[in-house]
Amino acid sequence: MSGVDTGGAAAGPAVRTGPAAGAGGAAGTGADTAVVTGIGVAAPNGLGTETWWAATLRGESGIRPITRYDATKYPVRLAGLIPDFDAAAHLPGRLLPQTDRVTRLAVAAADWALADSGADPAELPEYGMSVVTSNATGGFEFTHREARKLWTKGPQHVSVYESFAWFYAANTGQISIRHGMRGPGSVLVADQAGGLDALGHARRTLRGGSSLVVSGGVESAFDPWGLVAHLSGGGVSTVADPTRAYLPFDTGAAGHVPGEGGAVLIVESAAAAAARGAHQVYGEIAGYAATFDPAPGSGRPPGLERAARLALSDAGLAAGDIDVVFADAAGVRERDDAEAAAIEALFGPYGVPVSVPKTLTGRLTGGGPPLDTAAALLSVRDGVLPAAAHVTRPVPGHRLDLVRGEPRPLRVRAALVLARGHGGFNSALVVRAVEPGRGAARGTTRPSVRETAREDRP
Amino acid sequence: MNRSVAITGIGVVAPGGIGRKAFWDLLVSGRTATRTISLFDPGRFRSRVAAEVDFDPALYGLTPREVRRLDRAAQFAVVSARECITDSGLEFAALDPHRVGVSVGSAVGGTTTLEQEYLVLSDSGRQWEVDGDYVSPHLYDAFVPSSLAAEVAWTAGAEGPAAVVSTGCTSGLDSIGYARDLIAEGSADVMLAGAADTPISPIAVACFDAVRATSVRNDDPAHASRPFDRGRDGFVIAEGAAMFVLEELEHARARGAHVYGLVSGYATRCNAYHMTGLKKDGREMAEAVRHALAEARRAPDAVDYVNAHGSGTKQNDRHETMAFKQALGDHAYRVPVSSIKSMVGHSLGAIGSIEIAACALAMEHGAVPPTANLHERDPECDLDYVPNEAREARLDTVVSVGSGFGGFQSAMVLTRADAA
Amino acid sequence: MSHLTFDDLREILAECAGEDEQTRIDPEALDLPFTDLGYDSLALLETAAVITRRYGTDLADDVMAAVETPRQLLDLVNSAMAEAA
Repeated sequence: MSGVDTGGAAAGPAVRTGPAAGAGGAAGTGADTAVVTGIGVAAPNGLGTETWWAATLRGESGIRPITRYDATKYPVRLAGLIPDFDAAAHLPGRLLPQTDRVTRLAVAAADWALADSGADPAELPEYGMSVVTSNATGGFEFTHREARKLWTKGPQHVSVYESFAWFYAANTGQISIRHGMRGPGSVLVADQAGGLDALGHARRTLRGGSSLVVSGGVESAFDPWGLVAHLSGGGVSTVADPTRAYLPFDTGAAGHVPGEGGAVLIVESAAAAAARGAHQVYGEIAGYAATFDPAPGSGRPPGLERAARLALSDAGLAAGDIDVVFADAAGVRERDDAEAAAIEALFGPYGVPVSVPKTLTGRLTGGGPPLDTAAALLSVRDGVLPAAAHVTRPVPGHRLDLVRGEPRPLRVRAALVLARGHGGFNSALVVRAVEPGRGAARGTTRPSVRETAREDRP
Repeated sequence: MNRSVAITGIGVVAPGGIGRKAFWDLLVSGRTATRTISLFDPGRFRSRVAAEVDFDPALYGLTPREVRRLDRAAQFAVVSARECITDSGLEFAALDPHRVGVSVGSAVGGTTTLEQEYLVLSDSGRQWEVDGDYVSPHLYDAFVPSSLAAEVAWTAGAEGPAAVVSTGCTSGLDSIGYARDLIAEGSADVMLAGAADTPISPIAVACFDAVRATSVRNDDPAHASRPFDRGRDGFVIAEGAAMFVLEELEHARARGAHVYGLVSGYATRCNAYHMTGLKKDGREMAEAVRHALAEARRAPDAVDYVNAHGSGTKQNDRHETMAFKQALGDHAYRVPVSSIKSMVGHSLGAIGSIEIAACALAMEHGAVPPTANLHERDPECDLDYVPNEAREARLDTVVSVGSGFGGFQSAMVLTRADAA
Repeated sequence: MSHLTFDDLREILAECAGEDEQTRIDPEALDLPFTDLGYDSLALLETAAVITRRYGTDLADDVMAAVETPRQLLDLVNSAMAEAA
């Protein structure tokens, strides 16, 4: 499986153990600094981190027609689907009867992330390892099958495994069992934004004394009942052409395409990663914040920009220190307008490159933002920004520097990831380069040329 | 930053008692709210008992529009949120909304609505390819349970961090723990925190039937939930909600707020053993209790009351009895331990918050709620479970624990604000 | 279906609890405890439910709880079916 490739570009010990570099930010001592040491990806356009990243840079899309059943009766026939996941090839046979597809994907991605990090759970303290994931839709197909048995055949036909395979905590529970991780586990749900909340809570969990957290999120709910449930949220594109269905920030924006998959990240304290001789560090989770939009009709401004400012402030960085923004990219004109306005308010017109690799996967609910975070970390590693696919007519009023057409070479020292969830959830996360032997890139090494992040706390 | 977190408002929707006063009256009376399931016809099911809430949404201030929009769990969350806001005396409109956050626990979220919609769209299960033409616009809010946090945020006018914590049956403790973290680290000054779950629906009842987790004392439903009793045969499924106003302590003191107690310690651990099974020794729960006490800077013998998970399954009650002995040593034999699930059943993700409400009210009223239906102790459950009758006691330090599928083991310590 | 064979049982176990190289049971395993073979109580509950549905035997919980090995389970099911016949 290509997913366990450890990533050649990150060489040598890259772990910082000294005092924090961030000016007034979150980074404290090495024990307080959260670094990502492993990535496991299960995405519609690639299984395994390197396969997916290469496909992303080549512009290969995972948005495809739904073929597992006759989807012609639904207004949407496209989804970001993983076509080639053979669960039996990746998981012990004993896990199969008791898991939904979402948990199989999550457990596999966690395996790959751990292998990538080189961390061996058997050698680490059991209470020092934790699992913190996001999952917004549970084991949906499993529950659909059991509900069908219940209502057509009777309660005696319902599987014992339904008692946990359906629930949002199944992924965290199964991963903790598989690797003997007995530290504080959690599961956060905030629709799409929950994927960043999990990573933020992973960092918090390290500060609480854990040394390694398996975090991120994976989703899958594309049985017919799951598809209909996705549709009920509104904003789903009914365009049948896979190259035109999901065009965020484009004048042709017609909604989003929902998708399955996500990413699992290994988040460690820098000190613990150094102590075990971690062979790579992708970067630091330097800042995080979450906000909630005002109640509809209140006339107050939405909270995305505020989340971004708080995350920057938390990282001790100014807007000028951010080299790229990975956008939430709703694909609905009004919401694209709002996000573009937030980005412009922070960075100025055309002030920062905006990358939207999710144009190749669709929106993955709680799995999407961790996948964007993986992309941000790999852009740090490889010095390249993925291009938004199919976006050819940017909305002129947006004044965004969208990365389009071809990937853009750029040295990335810090990236901002944005996420919004149905109902008004906003989350923002800052990842920052950790340079070999030098610690995290200083926010102060490159003078800010743009607006400085406002201290938003009283 | 490490700031103290105070409970300044309580709202409860529990079986047998809507509102914190009715809830407390039920607990001290030792009456049980378990009965034959009435929310659907349970005839074909193995377990046919539940603790249901007699809930008339109009009576509790929900408009017809809200009733149409909100899943039953969301209705419970909103009603209990409104109660705790009023109880806190805090003028939310005068707060900086950016400093107010929300954390709601739920194990199964919008299950009731999902199942009802499913039946309509699938022709009672006959169509695998469900009909998408008549889908409710509110289905997504049942599909993705973070809608519970959104509804509470709108109720409170909160614009700070908001999320649902869904760790199965410990959700109701973990959501308060999450809120405690956000206040302690300075991400919010006030949090609406708690949990809601309404799992009394056929699919949930069927899956607990399948694992033989629920009681089959169908002919005697009022006495079906029997934690620590020799005759216990499983838990009784329930529904409910409890929400709290959590406030940074100085914030609460500055406005002269009534403080029920402080959330002084919290910890959660995974047993990493089995999705439903528990290791006999209770090791991870003991670890959570020890850690929570250490955070609260309380010695084991300072604990005045333990609110047990006490689900009434054979394995749980022995598991946690072992855990208490490990965590508290000899003091485990002296401290009163009780399970209110004997009266209000097990409402999955909600019960942890409902039990914290019971703990806070127990400190307030100086009484330990009893374990109902406890007549003959299981010989392996040999602690003081406060059988059948409430007991007066001054409570300065209280521990509540939870245990759930997925292996989650959580513990929370409440202390009196004036007993530091 | 009037008789549950070892092969039938093996198939049902694989269906209910999954199968991998380490836990595939062969005839030598007939008298080994299920727990040693890697089958937990959930797996056995699921197995009992499937056998009940397919073979029409009602395996009471307390009787099932006493079953420790594949041979005991086969004997239990087959004697129940013989009685019913």
